[in-house]
Amino acid sequence: MSKTKIGASLRAMHRDPIRAFGVVSVVLLLVLAIAPAKDFFSQWRSYQSQYLRLIRDRGDAVTLRRHFQGGIRQIWIAQLGVVDRCQTCHAGLTEPTLVDVKRQPFRPHPPIPHSADQFGCVICHRGQGEATTVEDAHHSTLAGEEPILPARYLEASCGQCHHEVLKGTPKLNQGRVLLSRYGCVRCHAVRLPDGSAMKASDVPPPLTHIADKTSREWIYAWLKDPASYSASATMPNFHLSDADARDISAFLMANSAPKAADVVVSQGTGKQEDPAAGASIYGQSFCASCHAAQNAGGNLVGGDLGPELTRIGNKVKPEWLEGWLSDPHSYDASTTMPHYRWSAQQLGLVKAFLLGKTDSDFLANVHLDSATPAQIAHGKTLTDYGCAACHEIRRIQRPENYAPELSRIGSKPVVQLVFNEGMRHTLPDYLATKISQPRSFGPGLRMPQYSFTPDQVDAITTALLALTDRSYSLPSSLQVPAQHDSEYRAAGGAGKLMEDFNCYSCHRINGRGGDMAPDLTWEGSSVQRKWLDDFLKNPNTLRPALLRRMPKFNLSDSERAVLTESIMNVYQTPAFDRDEMPASGYPAALVEQGRQLFYSRYACQSCHIVDTKQDKGYIGPPLYQVGLRLTAAWIFHYLKDPQALRPGTIEPKQKMSDEDARALTAFLMTQKSAGKQEGAR
Amino acid sequence: MRTAAWGSCLIALGLWCGCSHKHAVAPLLHATANGSALLESSGGKQLSSPGSTLAQPLVVQVNDKQGNSVTGALVTFSGPAGVTFNPPQVLTDSSGQASAQVTLGESAGRYDLIASSIDSGGKTFDLAIPVFAAGYQQQVGHEVEDTYCARCHDPESTTQRVSNYDNLAVKPHAFGEGDFLNKLSDSDLTTIISHGGQSMNMSAQMPPYGSTLPKSDIQALIAYIRLVSDPPYKPAGVVYAKR
Repeated sequence: MSKTKIGASLRAMHRDPIRAFGVVSVVLLLVLAIAPAKDFFSQWRSYQSQYLRLIRDRGDAVTLRRHFQGGIRQIWIAQLGVVDRCQTCHAGLTEPTLVDVKRQPFRPHPPIPHSADQFGCVICHRGQGEATTVEDAHHSTLAGEEPILPARYLEASCGQCHHEVLKGTPKLNQGRVLLSRYGCVRCHAVRLPDGSAMKASDVPPPLTHIADKTSREWIYAWLKDPASYSASATMPNFHLSDADARDISAFLMANSAPKAADVVVSQGTGKQEDPAAGASIYGQSFCASCHAAQNAGGNLVGGDLGPELTRIGNKVKPEWLEGWLSDPHSYDASTTMPHYRWSAQQLGLVKAFLLGKTDSDFLANVHLDSATPAQIAHGKTLTDYGCAACHEIRRIQRPENYAPELSRIGSKPVVQLVFNEGMRHTLPDYLATKISQPRSFGPGLRMPQYSFTPDQVDAITTALLALTDRSYSLPSSLQVPAQHDSEYRAAGGAGKLMEDFNCYSCHRINGRGGDMAPDLTWEGSSVQRKWLDDFLKNPNTLRPALLRRMPKFNLSDSERAVLTESIMNVYQTPAFDRDEMPASGYPAALVEQGRQLFYSRYACQSCHIVDTKQDKGYIGPPLYQVGLRLTAAWIFHYLKDPQALRPGTIEPKQKMSDEDARALTAFLMTQKSAGKQEGAR
Repeated sequence: MRTAAWGSCLIALGLWCGCSHKHAVAPLLHATANGSALLESSGGKQLSSPGSTLAQPLVVQVNDKQGNSVTGALVTFSGPAGVTFNPPQVLTDSSGQASAQVTLGESAGRYDLIASSIDSGGKTFDLAIPVFAAGYQQQVGHEVEDTYCARCHDPESTTQRVSNYDNLAVKPHAFGEGDFLNKLSDSDLTTIISHGGQSMNMSAQMPPYGSTLPKSDIQALIAYIRLVSDPPYKPAGVVYAKR
């Protein structure tokens, strides 16, 4: 029927060519009008007219109107591969005076150190810069295209270029620390664009001599649930079956080689030790600077450099503990634990104190029959869980490329991911779930369960999202490399002692070491020889309120002499001669002038104590004996420019004249109240 | 014909009702008691980044007229666009407290969260609790504050940091103290931070940081001070001639 109808109308047209021409023309015009109409009614035009209405009645309308460019606004940065049309709709993006506008797409961008003209938008926010509709720009789910990055992970974008510890991005920094601290990078390689690799910062103990150290029951309980032994464990939970945990513990015990040095003849006094005396040695040795333990209130108190000691008595064998305390390096050459020189009596007290830290419930329900060869063999195959990626195990090779490399995980296309049911199909959601519930993606997966808080999951996801293809394709001039520790090792006898005491665990020297204690790179220019010698003999407390302090190592006279000599001679700044100013003999008038400056003009007493009766400032170290501690030249130059001598110190640089600095130096060098020092001890 | 039209209308209506009913997912909670006042227990004035979940939950308490806590009162949390609460509605527990996890919106700035409840007369009463989403600059300012300023300006001591506040002869102003700080212009604050308290006839115990901190850090610090100010800071803005 329709065929005949069309045929009839064609015949009618044929009969009346003028009318036919009219109809065809109208149709043609209508067709031609489609494109301009689509353009005219496009989303971005509507936003631009909304923007013009928004600014029309403002006080700054004239300026805003002048800045406004109609039409498609495009930024093209060929060098970075950026084509952005975002500002077509986000018309107020670079107008700081619109700060009161809360409505998108018209909010101004909050201040950042980069300008949109230099970098565009998509480098940080992702999305499709070329798109001119809201949907296409933000939410595209096509393969190879990127949806916009949710704001909670935005710091990831900074991390594409900034591999250093960056100010203003706490999440990114924390995430990177966690990737290292929890040993993620031991299984998953992460290479950075500059060719370096992310390094792990945890110290998983070697298991070569594990049978000397602990019992099979403890290993079993630890493998089953590390958190039940120590809430702060970095070892994850592999959700092992009872049989698997039994077999791994059997294998580890059978595989362990005894270490001769561990068999130390007990030097203890033999009698029941007084736990209070042990606690006091534990306190004096500042074990809590590195080790945490639960107090009576159930709160963890102490540092996290070493393992938690709350239930240490459940774990270690007494003879091993004695060997460890008398020289940790003989069991584990790479340990960060310092070698204390305890007397036999002190060592016995510490040992008894630590062995008393037990939880009677902890191993109460663990009963293991003796291991069969089949169990041991099965246990060996179970090291396939990746045990050797972290721990040194005899006769087990460290696996290479054990888990997928994550160097470009932040650009992984969504189509290559397998999602769980009910999950949102985005890369950040995938990563966050993978980190918080790795086993939810299917049975038989080996990635263990960590006990990260939601904040930590966010942080790790952020750090992973920073590992993008783009970070490799951006010009290398934009890349800020990560700062790695130097390989510095002090030379000679002092160098050996410093390894033995593990000074680097807390002190930084020439770019190597921790940040718990002062940087010692220029200590020789800073302190007086006698003070240093006395301090090493008995580290009295410069700041008694600090929880983490220098322990007393009980150095022998000769060891002390070697260290003092080396520090005084080697660790000197090239900036000045430490003997260029006298230690005493300053005129009284100059000292008095210094006193005036100290208390009035510079108000140093806000942070430092000189007169213990009236000053209260407690931010910087007390200075009542600074004349015995520091060199005059150090004080003078430090006052002139503190950050030049101690980078990052919060002591403000004051644009101080030489005259003022000299007077203050004279005043401070007279502060030698040794009597107070005795009192502090 | 007409019957068919009416029929299809009815079916369409039914479908529409069925579908729209699906959206009302939250189980309705019913208050078993009513209070008359809301108090903040914890979680206010937290600082986080845009789009993030606050580290601590927001906890409020419902009290009755006598000041005793009320169990079973319905508390509804709400906030500016983009803020989500988990759960958005909660009944107070045996100690009269209601808590929710808060996820901030995607833009930086101050978020005034509202906790509201209904008294026995059916009247709504509420409590506004500010929390802050720090943008990049404000986050930098927060880090500067934490390193350089908090030891004196924050009267609270923590396990990591003993406050120096009580040791000072002239007490410093806390950074949330909007009544005082909002009256100072950005350039006044820059002067005090850069050149010390003496430069504005204030305490010499406030040292100058102009040679220690780069200008960008001082600007960031001011941006942070403006963010956490309570009552909120309202910039004077640029004054233009009327057209």
